[in-house]
Amino acid sequence: MRKLILALVFTVLPALGLAAEGTVPMDHMEPDHADKASLQRGVTLFTNYCMGCHSMEYSRYKRVAEDLGIPEDLYENNLIFTGAKIGELMKNSMKKDMAADWFGAPPPDLTLEARLRGESWVYSYLRGFYKDDTRPTGVNNVVFPNVGMPHVLVSLQGLCGVKPNVGVPASVEPLSGNINNGELCPSYVSEGSMSEAEFDQAMYDLTNFLSYTADPVKLERERLGIFVLIFVAIFFVFAYLLNREYWKDVH
Amino acid sequence: MQKLIQWVDDRLPIVDAWNKHLAKYYAPKNFNVWYFFGSLAMLVLVNQLVTGIWLTMSYNPTAEGAFASVEYIMRDVEWGWLLRYLHSTGASAFFIVVYLHMFRGLMYGSYQKPRELIWLFGMLIYLVLMAEAFMGYLLPWGQMSYWGAQVIVNLFGAIPVIGDDLSLWIRGDYLISGITLNRFFALHVVALPIVLLGLVVLHILALHEVGSNNPDGIDIKKNKDENGIPKDGIPFHPYYSVHDLLGVAVFFFIFFVVVFFFPEMGGIFLEKPNFEPANPLKTPAHIAPVWYFTPFYAMLRAVTVDLFGLPAKFWGVVVMGGAIAILFVLPWLDRSPVRSIRYKGWLSRIALAIFAISFVILGYLGLVPATEGRTTVAQILTVLYFLYFILMPFYTRMEKTKPVPERVTG
Repeated sequence: MRKLILALVFTVLPALGLAAEGTVPMDHMEPDHADKASLQRGVTLFTNYCMGCHSMEYSRYKRVAEDLGIPEDLYENNLIFTGAKIGELMKNSMKKDMAADWFGAPPPDLTLEARLRGESWVYSYLRGFYKDDTRPTGVNNVVFPNVGMPHVLVSLQGLCGVKPNVGVPASVEPLSGNINNGELCPSYVSEGSMSEAEFDQAMYDLTNFLSYTADPVKLERERLGIFVLIFVAIFFVFAYLLNREYWKDVH
Repeated sequence: MQKLIQWVDDRLPIVDAWNKHLAKYYAPKNFNVWYFFGSLAMLVLVNQLVTGIWLTMSYNPTAEGAFASVEYIMRDVEWGWLLRYLHSTGASAFFIVVYLHMFRGLMYGSYQKPRELIWLFGMLIYLVLMAEAFMGYLLPWGQMSYWGAQVIVNLFGAIPVIGDDLSLWIRGDYLISGITLNRFFALHVVALPIVLLGLVVLHILALHEVGSNNPDGIDIKKNKDENGIPKDGIPFHPYYSVHDLLGVAVFFFIFFVVVFFFPEMGGIFLEKPNFEPANPLKTPAHIAPVWYFTPFYAMLRAVTVDLFGLPAKFWGVVVMGGAIAILFVLPWLDRSPVRSIRYKGWLSRIALAIFAISFVILGYLGLVPATEGRTTVAQILTVLYFLYFILMPFYTRMEKTKPVPERVTG
């Protein structure tokens, strides 16, 4: 029996280690779909700053309201700007062909962005903008070079004058004791309304929300999975005893 | 109840069939873990059919609606996410189980006389399964669905003279389009499953005609008791039906760990680019087929030289096709007087080990982008893969085999 388990485990497990790694250094982001407060702050940020350009067309307002514990009337009054009904899909009013003229490419739908690129990529990208006068938008991004998207969150973060330290771990210089890369951006061209720590938290919340919309059933799935596995384990015990009973007379 | 059975049996031989295939089908008593994978393949087949039927109820087979309808299934359909993950994980599980089932056949010589037809039907099942999986993978209409199909269908274009027309005929268009999606859908949900089920029936009928092989590779029908029942045989039902339940439980445990906790399997079972809708104008940086095709994909890429005025791509397709085709003639390549690896010589054991390792490493190489070094490794492994078959008539005859016992050893 042990051989069987081992044989099966060894056929499946190696695949786990093959998760694709990107080439751009990124800051790790571990989503937490159980943190409803974070998700609620995330949906607020998304609706106010992102949704003008980026739709979320596979997701429904009602589902988000339910899963995040936001009362429907509160959601309708504060987080739906298009006059859509709560049961509708989260589309926006931007026309794709016009948007393509403005930005070079239409802003992508973001429902599945976190699954497509990974949470760490989204988190790093959101914090990766810096001033670059050679670009038409005046900004560039360390994670997505020459991106067409302007720095929408500049009023919150401020504008970083140099390439921010995304994916660069902080280090201590052994002789002087100076800390290198301790902060995301060493020098700002303009200040935002948030401190660096506040902005990092806000981007965590926003990424967390995108992670949730990409895979909204994750919490429920993992909760059910435990019961399913317990059931199968109990089933195994009975199957084992039944098998032993029958095979007693085989020699 | 007894009366009802009698009534039906007078009109249809159900009791006879029950006895022939289950209650009085005598299977060797020394099956080991490798003998679980046949029944597990049936289990996964049923899973694919049932979840597939329900997915079809909400899926929209058009280029405009396919991607959105999959997300609709994942979000708005009650338990739709579970059906979809059971189906997508089931596809990979099917190949894992089938590969292990085939490896069992290689180890214990289950393809040898008189089981050549079982092996041939099995190979046809494998072939249809690959077609089924390939066409099913286009249906979510994601980037990898689209470009994977584009690459594979273009392979037919490498065939001289008729190639371009052939791939055009398969696609029904000049590039993969909604027309291709519609025909792949028809083939995936109707045509190929019918063929698959028919082949499974033939596979099992042929098996039950000659009887199961076993880890010792002994013919249990040579030793019968006074009632004509093989001394080393036990009725499939109830002995192996309850025994297979154990395999089912262990399989389900692992299967559900994936379904409920790692449905993407780190991008192996569900590739990340497939979370973006198909875009004919945007080629992904790295196109890789799903893992179960990658050993053959690596062989395709390993061929890099033009030969006899034909491009390397053509020879790559030939090698890839040959790698699958050569499996069909396996029963006639093995000249060993014994079936099981237990009684074959060291040459056979080493050859099988090298073959299996080559296949697994080729599978890995097909997943990752090609580099010069990796291509060299793939070339060596491709040669090793073929040598296993080409040299088989020689090493199986040359080597010294061990004496085979009269009765199974457990």
